[in-house]
Amino acid sequence: MRIETRQEVALWRVLLAPPLAVLAALVLGAGLIIWAGEPVLASYFALLKGSLGSSFALNETLTRSTPLIFTGLAAAVAFRAKFYNIGAEGQLYCGALAATFFGTGLISLPPVLMVPFLMLVGAMAGGAILIVPVLLKTHMKVDEVVTTLLLNFVILLLAGYLLEGPWKDPMSLGWPQAAPIIDEGIWPPLLAKGRLHLGFIFALVAALLAWALMRFTVWGYEIRAVGLNASAAGFAGIGVNATVIRTALISGGLAGLAGVSEVAGLKGYLTLDLSPGFGYAGIAVAMLAQLHPLGVILSAFFISAVYVGADAMSRSTDIPTYIADVLVGLSVLTILVSVMLTRYRIRWS
Amino acid sequence: MIGDIFEILLTAGFWAATIRIVSPLILGTLGELICERAGVLNLGIEGIMTMGAMAGWMWVFQGGDLWGGIVFAAFIGALFGLFHASFTVYLGLSQHVTGIGITLFASSLSYYVFRMLLPDATTPPKIVPFQPYAIPGLSDIPVIGEALFSQTPLTYLALLSVPAVWYVLERTPLGLAVRMAGENPVAVESQGIDVLAVRTGAVMVGSAFMAIGGAFITMSAFDAFYFGMINGRGWICVALVIFASWRPGKALLGALLFAGLDALQVRAQQLAGAQIPYQFFLMAPYVLSIAAMVVMSRRASYPKALLVPFRRGDRV
Repeated sequence: MRIETRQEVALWRVLLAPPLAVLAALVLGAGLIIWAGEPVLASYFALLKGSLGSSFALNETLTRSTPLIFTGLAAAVAFRAKFYNIGAEGQLYCGALAATFFGTGLISLPPVLMVPFLMLVGAMAGGAILIVPVLLKTHMKVDEVVTTLLLNFVILLLAGYLLEGPWKDPMSLGWPQAAPIIDEGIWPPLLAKGRLHLGFIFALVAALLAWALMRFTVWGYEIRAVGLNASAAGFAGIGVNATVIRTALISGGLAGLAGVSEVAGLKGYLTLDLSPGFGYAGIAVAMLAQLHPLGVILSAFFISAVYVGADAMSRSTDIPTYIADVLVGLSVLTILVSVMLTRYRIRWS
Repeated sequence: MIGDIFEILLTAGFWAATIRIVSPLILGTLGELICERAGVLNLGIEGIMTMGAMAGWMWVFQGGDLWGGIVFAAFIGALFGLFHASFTVYLGLSQHVTGIGITLFASSLSYYVFRMLLPDATTPPKIVPFQPYAIPGLSDIPVIGEALFSQTPLTYLALLSVPAVWYVLERTPLGLAVRMAGENPVAVESQGIDVLAVRTGAVMVGSAFMAIGGAFITMSAFDAFYFGMINGRGWICVALVIFASWRPGKALLGALLFAGLDALQVRAQQLAGAQIPYQFFLMAPYVLSIAAMVVMSRRASYPKALLVPFRRGDRV
């Protein structure tokens, strides 16, 4: 077996890679559906119907795609600079904690100021928690994957302590949850029915801004250059460490916004089950988008549809709902291969 | 307070707990170490440990015997190792992303399989796990006897695998090939040894170790499989490999130090009562792991070809 570099990377191959990866993941996942004794096509059709088949389902899919766009962008920006931030889950909770700290009565501003203020503190909290891992990487060469992963556990425990102790809402009937965000800070719903809220628009704007940042600004150019070849970027006069630190702060900030969005937009208050793994799923979102910020919108929509649809499918069939996580995990692996095949060809000899 | 802690350190119960906690960590750390010495970072560890925990337990729950469960877990682990290696070694894909993908896939697949086989289990069903085996004679020694020689057979296996892995890596031609594959693959190739095969073998063996480490948790430390029960142990093992500067002996020391502090943390928690919230004690292992990486980072001499895919015929 030999791997050869393709002379040109054809655009159609790049565009075809994500759908092919998704198809491959679905084909592999079909084995598990057959094992559950369910018909494959009918089951996938139930998944499709459960995620897009009605205005209620579509509303729910868009709602769930909102945090995934944020965490997907967080991973996409960071991975572009080869800064492997796997801590979006923890940063999401940091954003949610900051929004809860400032948004439950400590400060009261009119809504036009309160909403952006909570976004600002949430993003800052998400970025702040990455300062330790990124400085350890740039100054002491400590691998960021492990530190960001380990911090996820620390932050979740911290949130657990706050919600069971000092921040516990006395009105919550014993559940570990924080006091509700004051009305001025709540993001309004977009439609009369369903849970879709203003956060979805914010997520789309964030994706556009991230794309503009990466495509048209010096910062974006530096991020891409450092990711492609850090030592060459250094020789060309780019401050590699400064770029990595900046990237980390942007990435953590985006993940923090996911937390603000879930607290101020969806739930209205912080709970310990705020995120069912949005931070980790964000990695799959970013990979399926080939780290392109606008692609993140599409792939977040797809991953969200898998989660929402799998819930509906497992209600009507014997297929455990974990099928969604299996499909997401598989698609991280299949997209790696399909993207590789856009740049290389495999010759069997 | 200091006196209380000192008193804890003198009890056999503390040392026995340390040895119990250290067993899965040793197996996971050795597994990761074997992969990384061959030049492959295996971030699939968290998922492979989950898979091992589920597979070994399920084997016994379905009527198999305990050692059969361990062999089965190791086999499944090696299978995921082969999966990882075909991506990272043969296709040369990103080791970071492949590992995360394997972890996401293997953990969710474990839960899926568990739910498929036990759809109605509300309280996790139990098995009869490995029982402690007191080694005749040695187990009568005060303190050390109870701590070290009255453990389950799986703990003995974990402890003995440290010198075994050290011997193979440092003293045999096979170990030399593995280490060279992680340091200078071109030199290995020039000796007529297949770098890709060596790396694949190392990742498979390392992943089998990880899976046995996971199986220890459901088959020796506990008797049931819970969701999320690996709880970051895999990531802690990755940190311990760095702390150990990629050496098996130091890995044992690091894991012991870590497990000792973890056992102390549980007891200090009881001492502190309600004064310090329990969450802060539970944070300790994760914070310690980060601290351990920082302490050793200056001296870390990582394998030169770690993270670098090898393609035959490429010029260096």
